[in-house]
Amino acid sequence: MKDKSIKTLKMFGLGFLEPLIRIFSGEEPAKNGKIFFTRALLPLLSIFVFIAIWHAGAMALYNSEADARIEKAREEQGEEAAIAMQECIESGDISCQPNTLPSPAQVYGAFQALCQDHQSISEKKDDFKERVSETNEQREAQGLDPITYTGRPSFLDQIGTSLKTVFAGCLLAMFIAVPIGIIIGLSPSLRTSFNWLIQILKPVSPVVWLLLVFMIVKTVITDPSLDKSFIISFISVGLCAMWATLVNTSMGVSTVDKDFINVAKVLKLNIGQNIFKIILPASLPLIFTGLRITVSVAWMVLIAIELLAQSPGLGSFVWEEFQNGANDSNAKIIVAMFVIGLIGFLLDRIMLSVQNMMSFNKGMA
Amino acid sequence: MAILELNNVSKSFGVGSNKIDVLTDINLSVNEGEFLAIVGFSGSGKTTLINLINGLHFPDQGEVLLKGNPIVGPGPDRGVIFQNYSLLPWLSVYSNVKLAVDEVFPKMSRSEKEAHILKYIEMVNLTPARDKKPSELSGGMRQRVSVARALAMNPEMLLMDEPLSALDALTRGSLQEEIIKIWSQNKKTAVLITNDVDEGILMADRIIPLTPGPNATLGPEFNVPFERPRDVTNINKDEQYKRLRNEILEYLIEVGSTRRQVSDQKYILPDLKPTMPGRIRLGRKKQKVKYF
Repeated sequence: MKDKSIKTLKMFGLGFLEPLIRIFSGEEPAKNGKIFFTRALLPLLSIFVFIAIWHAGAMALYNSEADARIEKAREEQGEEAAIAMQECIESGDISCQPNTLPSPAQVYGAFQALCQDHQSISEKKDDFKERVSETNEQREAQGLDPITYTGRPSFLDQIGTSLKTVFAGCLLAMFIAVPIGIIIGLSPSLRTSFNWLIQILKPVSPVVWLLLVFMIVKTVITDPSLDKSFIISFISVGLCAMWATLVNTSMGVSTVDKDFINVAKVLKLNIGQNIFKIILPASLPLIFTGLRITVSVAWMVLIAIELLAQSPGLGSFVWEEFQNGANDSNAKIIVAMFVIGLIGFLLDRIMLSVQNMMSFNKGMA
Repeated sequence: MAILELNNVSKSFGVGSNKIDVLTDINLSVNEGEFLAIVGFSGSGKTTLINLINGLHFPDQGEVLLKGNPIVGPGPDRGVIFQNYSLLPWLSVYSNVKLAVDEVFPKMSRSEKEAHILKYIEMVNLTPARDKKPSELSGGMRQRVSVARALAMNPEMLLMDEPLSALDALTRGSLQEEIIKIWSQNKKTAVLITNDVDEGILMADRIIPLTPGPNATLGPEFNVPFERPRDVTNINKDEQYKRLRNEILEYLIEVGSTRRQVSDQKYILPDLKPTMPGRIRLGRKKQKVKYF
């Protein structure tokens, strides 16, 4: 039971909870307590230190901006205006707050505001659905498209859109890169002939890929009912992120252990069986390593691509908030930053567990 | 009647000044149902010889004939037991054997296949471990899987490339007995490559030494006249056994020493000064330093 749960935890990247389980089962409490302290409590402590430094820094920036505002008022409008400005800032009035790096508390407040916003928007959505349900039934009977909610998406909706884009992009990357990687990996002459092309295209910036995809998609897709910005952004994400999988797959296929190839030769496997029974399973660990890199690259380039493609997602959220320049916009951008980081971390952990599931112990075979 | 014949076979690798003549002028004839052992130093080309027979390599000169026809490539009619087991690590014991059975008997029904596979897993005493992966098995158990896989193909000939040399002495002894026991059930032709003279005497009908490479060739053959089943403890006390063993060893040592005289080249060692302890050595792997 204990060993099994530890194994499961480790598989999902929660290995730092291992000593806690051992403590609860009464196994060397002193030693495991120390391990738990170093592996789980110290990282938490470092986060607290980070927040403290951030808070201090934000305060310093806030004060210097406030001083600058007061000074400016004094220079331009005289002593009275300066005193009025100081009172205004101290009273916490929104109209004259210094606009600078938000403090952790402000960011938390923005986070709560975003959650509330999500609630109110989903209420509106439900309300809208109820109101148009009858009309929609009629429209459906007439063979017309139903009326959908076209209001502003909430923060959580935008996270959902971003995840959908990354998922679609990674699937595209997988369906392009894995087969091509296998074909390239099987033949040394194909590998050398494609090598330069891959090396040239690999470092191309996501923005350029987006423009390239835009050029093609705007000509190819003329149907206005399709969500063009989504198509453009997921294809660009896929194209940016597929190179790691492509290179890793071709490398995995071309470096299959010679012993396995000898087995295939002795058994006289035909080419299809050889690929599916020997080469593909043998290169699966490297393919999944590549896919893991693909997922993290995809998530990283997504923000930039969404920002440019005007696809509704975290990227455009960040951009809109920056353009918006409202009092809590900066705090909302920081919230988005942490959400992006956290989701990227989770995606990586998921891919790591998949990768661990796929890898066999090569050294022991 | 000879099932396998090698006539004036030579094999070399590389070209130009890098060319290494591994095997020269090999003549060998293996009779049907015979257990032949080829004994030689490591690096003498034993694996090259077995690869010529199993079809992974082709001779530069001469011919390798299986039942009178030249060998055109590997095939399931020659079951190979590799030195490093060569099991597929992502497949269980059962699936590793099944892969071979699927290939050789594609028309067998599902239940027949299962019975066939289980029979050979049972034969090597691995029934309790049939669903384990190779990484969960010990070295001896892995080689048993390899034996089961080779036997399950029902080959006309069994080729063993130092199958037991990576195992400890005790495991080796018990696997030797098992392989002989399995072999004696249907007396297929078997060729064993080994570097252990005792192993050859215990298992084979005939022992042929391979002279050290390069230009390795086969030496005079030694017949092993002992009755089967052979018992290790009895055979160890046998005078005839001791004589045979000494003859083979003397021959090997003799060809080994003549070879050493042939390659009496002077190697100049680089003039290096020893590093004194306590001095900082550059390029050494850095150790993790704990500051707290």
